[in-house]
Amino acid sequence: MAALTTSGIRNRTRARTEWMLVGVAVAALLAAPFFLYPVFLMKMLCFALFACAFNLLLGFTGLLSFGHAAFFGGAAYFTAHAVKEWGWTPEAGILLGVAGAALLGLVMGFFAIRRQGIYFSMITLALAQMFYFFCLQAPFTKGEDGIQGVPRGHLFGFIDLGLSLNMYYFVLGCFLLGAFAIWRIVNSPFGMILKSIRENENRATSLGYSVARYKLAAFVMSAALAGLAGAMKALVFQFATLTDVTWQMSGEVILMTLLGGIGTMLGPIIGAGLVVALQNYLATSEFPVTIITGAIFMICVLLFRRGIVGEIQARLARGGSGEEV
Amino acid sequence: MMNAQAVAGGAGVDAEPRVVLSARGLRRDFAGFVAVKNVDLDVHHAKIHALIGPNGAGKTTVFNLLTKFLAPSAGRIELLGRDITHTPPAKVARLGLVRSFQISAIFPHLTVLDNVRVALQRPGGLGYQFWRSLGALDLLTPRAEALLETVGLQNERHRLAADLSYGRKRVLEIATTLALDPKVLLLDEPMAGMGHEDVGIVAEIIRDVARDRAVLMVEHNLKVVADLCDWITVLQRGEIIAAGDYATVSQDEQVKVAYMGTAYD
Repeated sequence: MAALTTSGIRNRTRARTEWMLVGVAVAALLAAPFFLYPVFLMKMLCFALFACAFNLLLGFTGLLSFGHAAFFGGAAYFTAHAVKEWGWTPEAGILLGVAGAALLGLVMGFFAIRRQGIYFSMITLALAQMFYFFCLQAPFTKGEDGIQGVPRGHLFGFIDLGLSLNMYYFVLGCFLLGAFAIWRIVNSPFGMILKSIRENENRATSLGYSVARYKLAAFVMSAALAGLAGAMKALVFQFATLTDVTWQMSGEVILMTLLGGIGTMLGPIIGAGLVVALQNYLATSEFPVTIITGAIFMICVLLFRRGIVGEIQARLARGGSGEEV
Repeated sequence: MMNAQAVAGGAGVDAEPRVVLSARGLRRDFAGFVAVKNVDLDVHHAKIHALIGPNGAGKTTVFNLLTKFLAPSAGRIELLGRDITHTPPAKVARLGLVRSFQISAIFPHLTVLDNVRVALQRPGGLGYQFWRSLGALDLLTPRAEALLETVGLQNERHRLAADLSYGRKRVLEIATTLALDPKVLLLDEPMAGMGHEDVGIVAEIIRDVARDRAVLMVEHNLKVVADLCDWITVLQRGEIIAAGDYATVSQDEQVKVAYMGTAYD
């Protein structure tokens, strides 16, 4: 009984600290565009959501997708096309991007979940490469040029997203919504089953769970949220190009998640922020970006495999409860 | 080849011993190697049935076939009168045939309580609810705690399952299995690697749960088998060489040779 109450109190204190941190972070994000370049911040938010969506699959279901660029870049194309060619409003365009990514996720997931481990990753890579080829050839994507000059339009018909502050708060809103959705999924009865599948797939099967259906559901959710990130990016930069559907983009999101901390809520956000900031900073310097990010990746894997946030959490847990490992 | 029904029913309270799980002509080939052949098996309600045999005899393969983790190359399996030969494993579990694993199968980074609650979550569609908070699972807590109490893990419910001792992990696995209230329980070496006191506890638990369900277990500890099991099937090189109660089986010439002939002690 005593153990129960102390751990209960400890959990409650920890939860309160966590909510306070989230509050501070949201306040900082609200104030950020007055101090930093809004397009840079929006890019960070898009990639942060992309990494969070990816982490839903890798960190909380145990599935390493090597094809998430298809959802990110695919949604960017869908949204850009709907807004530019069909004159859709931005919110409708984003919804189409999300729906398209989810559908793509359903098809890719349907095939990929039939295999486990490295084979799963290889199938996602292969299907994403097929999608890349489709984007290269399909007329609506405009091939090497991409869809350029996408108008940001008016949100709900009256909020001018051409103004960068309006656009920033819209992106921030979508980001918070997406991050909340992921947090909710992870901490839900469904999320519990996902974790149990990650921990021991055979055992979950032997308890009567149709593991394949849970994996597919998680895959589609992750694809849809990655699509939300890609759709926003298309509106922020006002173009959609092949860069976002290449396998390098799938690799980049793995790097971001790993750097920040797999299976932590905040890790992918920190990781994405760091990688984007680094790319921005190095873009104007002499150093080749790929070598620097590659070096960081290696240092991360060799020295702190739990990632930045994972490492901090592990240290705190060790300090907090004495003898525990 | 074997007449399980007649013998196993003899001492039971049930006048009509019910066969709840039966296999006929079970066979499994692995790329030119026959791991299991011609296995006939009848598992009865309220009986403890042991599957024994030297290492590599195919005991775990039989388990995998019965629970459909492996597809049989030939043969037929019936659970509660229903043909499950081509039923997927998760469905088999939902129909009431639940297994444990040789390597302790727990969810290491979940708490002890959550390990059991995961098993309780499926009925009522709680498994798919991604929009609700974890508080939705609170209604399962009393049942989960009651299960933990029957196996003596109630004081450890908030620890991570990974931090339990080996024996306690196996006990947790049994509690998780019982949470599904299975009709037939398949236990793959439930006492392997356990300390003396844990063996006693687990034997008691198994005896207790077998009062109103069938148990089929793979076990190496012959003393445990002698004490606990009503019926024994001996497997060697994928084939049944003997079946009967302990007295019968232990006198069987083929069984003696099989056990002496290997490095088994």
